[in-house]
Amino acid sequence: MYRRYALGFSNVSRQLSTMSSTSATPLEDAIRAKLTAALSPITLEIYNDSHLHSHHKAMQGVTSKETHFRLVIISDSFAAKMQPARHRMIYALLRDEMAQEGGIHALQLRTLTPDEEKRQQKKKAAEAATKEAAKETEKAESKTEPTEA
Amino acid sequence: MFSRSVASSFLRQAARPAAAASRAPLSAFRAPVAPLTPFQIRLLSDTTRTAIDKAIASAPVVLFMKGTPETPQCGFSRAVIQILGIQGVSPEKFAAFNVLEDPELRAGIKEYSDWPTIPQLYVDKQFVGGCDILVSMHQNGDLQKLFEEQKVLVEGEEGEKKE
Repeated sequence: MYRRYALGFSNVSRQLSTMSSTSATPLEDAIRAKLTAALSPITLEIYNDSHLHSHHKAMQGVTSKETHFRLVIISDSFAAKMQPARHRMIYALLRDEMAQEGGIHALQLRTLTPDEEKRQQKKKAAEAATKEAAKETEKAESKTEPTEA
Repeated sequence: MFSRSVASSFLRQAARPAAAASRAPLSAFRAPVAPLTPFQIRLLSDTTRTAIDKAIASAPVVLFMKGTPETPQCGFSRAVIQILGIQGVSPEKFAAFNVLEDPELRAGIKEYSDWPTIPQLYVDKQFVGGCDILVSMHQNGDLQKLFEEQKVLVEGEEGEKKE
């Protein structure tokens, strides 16, 4: 009786110890480690979108919670490279993670240099400003119309 | 002989882009795929490469996707089909290949393009990119420029006559 209890207990403690020593997000950890080491990115955002795709046909029978990732990577390593070349750099770094059974199924990539990122931010700000201005004129026009009528 | 039978299964155009989807003959992508014999599989590496060469040369704009243009089996493939429709790519200049119909094509195209994901777009036999690249090229105008240069868009007048 005692002996069985002891065995059961040791099993539980073994489970707990493996749980604490292995990460719940091994693929995300691998992505972060490999990309950080190879690209020294200024920004590295990793989004796990797997839950959005778990009902898809292709995901039937897949138990992994790390199948669909979306990455935003801003790094000087992309300078003077076309987008396909940049994506290939990432694919090459994550070759094992993408090829392994139950590994990464889909990978969305946004790969920019710091300069491109700045330019995009500026463009966005400018667009927002014009939209805001258009709204203001619209408001002004709609205000004046009724008084004219 | 063998290369032809494999090639024909690849070369069967999945269908037309969204714009002309309803007019595309349905039978085109319902033909049965003959299973490969062990002998064919042994030869496949070269055969697959040749078949993909032919597939890429079969039209000015070639998309490797999951599912067909009418019924894409993946959101990323669907997004690309929608972009090609919005851009107005001419159905006569477009071919789609369903990688889900053929495991050899599915694996082969990844190696051929050195690109591990589907969809993949080729224009004038040149690899252009996957979904993310096409979305950003669509947004920044580069895709329209490319399609105009390659003259693969539906001409305004012609399109109206057909309607």
